[in-house]
Amino acid sequence: MMEWLQQLVNGVSLGSIYALIALGYTMVYGIIKLINFAHGDVFMLGAFIGFYAAIRWDIGFIPALILAMVICSIIGVIIERVAYKRLRGATRIAALITAIGVSLFIEYTVIFFRGAKPEAYPELLKESYIDLFGASISSKSVLIIAVTIVLMLLLQFIVHKTKIGKAMRAVSHDADAARLMGINVDNTISATFAIGSALAGAAGVIFGVYYTRIDPLMGVLPGLKAFIAAVLGGIGSIPGAAVGGYVLGVVETIVSAVGFSLWRDAAAFVILILILILRPAGIFGKNAREKV
Amino acid sequence: MLKVNNIDVFYGNIHALKGVSLEVNEGEIVTLIGANGAGKSTLLKTLSGLLKPKNGEITYQTKQIGGKQAQMIVKSGISHVPEGRRVFANMSVEENLELGAYLRKDREGIKKDLENVFELFPRLYERRKQQSGTLSGGEQQMLAMGRALMAKPKLLLLDEPSMGLAPLIVKQIFEIIKMVNSQGTTVLLVEQNANMALSIANRAYVIETGKIVLSGTAKELQESEKVKEAYLGGV
Repeated sequence: MMEWLQQLVNGVSLGSIYALIALGYTMVYGIIKLINFAHGDVFMLGAFIGFYAAIRWDIGFIPALILAMVICSIIGVIIERVAYKRLRGATRIAALITAIGVSLFIEYTVIFFRGAKPEAYPELLKESYIDLFGASISSKSVLIIAVTIVLMLLLQFIVHKTKIGKAMRAVSHDADAARLMGINVDNTISATFAIGSALAGAAGVIFGVYYTRIDPLMGVLPGLKAFIAAVLGGIGSIPGAAVGGYVLGVVETIVSAVGFSLWRDAAAFVILILILILRPAGIFGKNAREKV
Repeated sequence: MLKVNNIDVFYGNIHALKGVSLEVNEGEIVTLIGANGAGKSTLLKTLSGLLKPKNGEITYQTKQIGGKQAQMIVKSGISHVPEGRRVFANMSVEENLELGAYLRKDREGIKKDLENVFELFPRLYERRKQQSGTLSGGEQQMLAMGRALMAKPKLLLLDEPSMGLAPLIVKQIFEIIKMVNSQGTTVLLVEQNANMALSIANRAYVIETGKIVLSGTAKELQESEKVKEAYLGGV
């Protein structure tokens, strides 16, 4: 029983990382219907920004997190302006292929400049254990889960209460109608990339702190998993991405815990296949009741 | 107030408007009638900046607005209620109305205009917390109009407000258009329902396959044989 509680906490921690990445996927998809395959690489860049900042300036977890978020949001906007903006009217497959190109470009640019060797992440958080009903819970896990929840609440606030958030929802529903309200659609799309990329950057630092090992291709698999989480939750749905991330994290951890750790990655893809067969719209998929 | 001079607009390769000119004076209700696909919606989209004219000029007050970005045009005082209402179905009625005032900063004025919209459309007040996708067609039309009015327009462009609505609701909507006009907003009304449109308009234009073929006061057009035959169901 104690062991299960511990596994659950591990699962939720992993799920937090997936959820943070999945939010960016789903927001970008919601607004320009693009699966941004470079998103996992922004996550990787976030991890490296946190890493270099921590060893250069010896800063703590929160400053590293904030710095990674700020720089990643700028990178996200640059990616959108340089690579995707001019494809606004193009076919979706053209944009998708471009996204894969951007992904490879980022990965191999990083390898070009610093090589492919992995790094050991500096210990930004002191590890200690908290006793909870007999299970020993890592303080890192607790902090990571707390930080993720704060970021999600912040996102929820931005999307529902601020002007830019309302503009984002309006553009994702109907870009031309949003233009007629006087909303600057291009800036709104950039803001979406900025926010999504900031969350991916945060996930990168959290990943580094939690798993202590980072490398230039670390974004590939978590990127795909987060994409699965977004599809699982219903792509385009913000609460869906969060729930999908947590479900995936917990399922993967349980699969490992019962002794099938080699099947861990397969579990995620089995979920993807099942969701596409059984409920392609995802858990929170839109079945909008609209009268015309 | 608004002067369209000889504009050409293309939809891809389709020459949708061919040398269209028209004029709207301050305080008027002007209607543009024509069949499906004649170019009515294209003209409104060009006026509100969703489409760009290839040639010709659009002068609003003293400014050239042809080909300008939609947000500049909204800011200068033109609001467009699009065909099919296009309300933000994923948001509440209140949020839709707030978005109508997106470019405004005068909180007091916005609050006053919100009250005014609720006065014009009491149904919207009753349903202000409701998701707008769950409204009936008539309520969505009211919301689309209310949302446009929240921008405090001097010129309101209405694209087929009667589309798909029951005759009784259409009558209500047209009453409200008259009321909005009497409160000082100039109206350019695009309609297939020529009867209703001519009954409230001061002047009218008839558009056929991208060209203005007739114009005059609403009364003149109501009596014109050609209009009677083609648009008023023959008499």
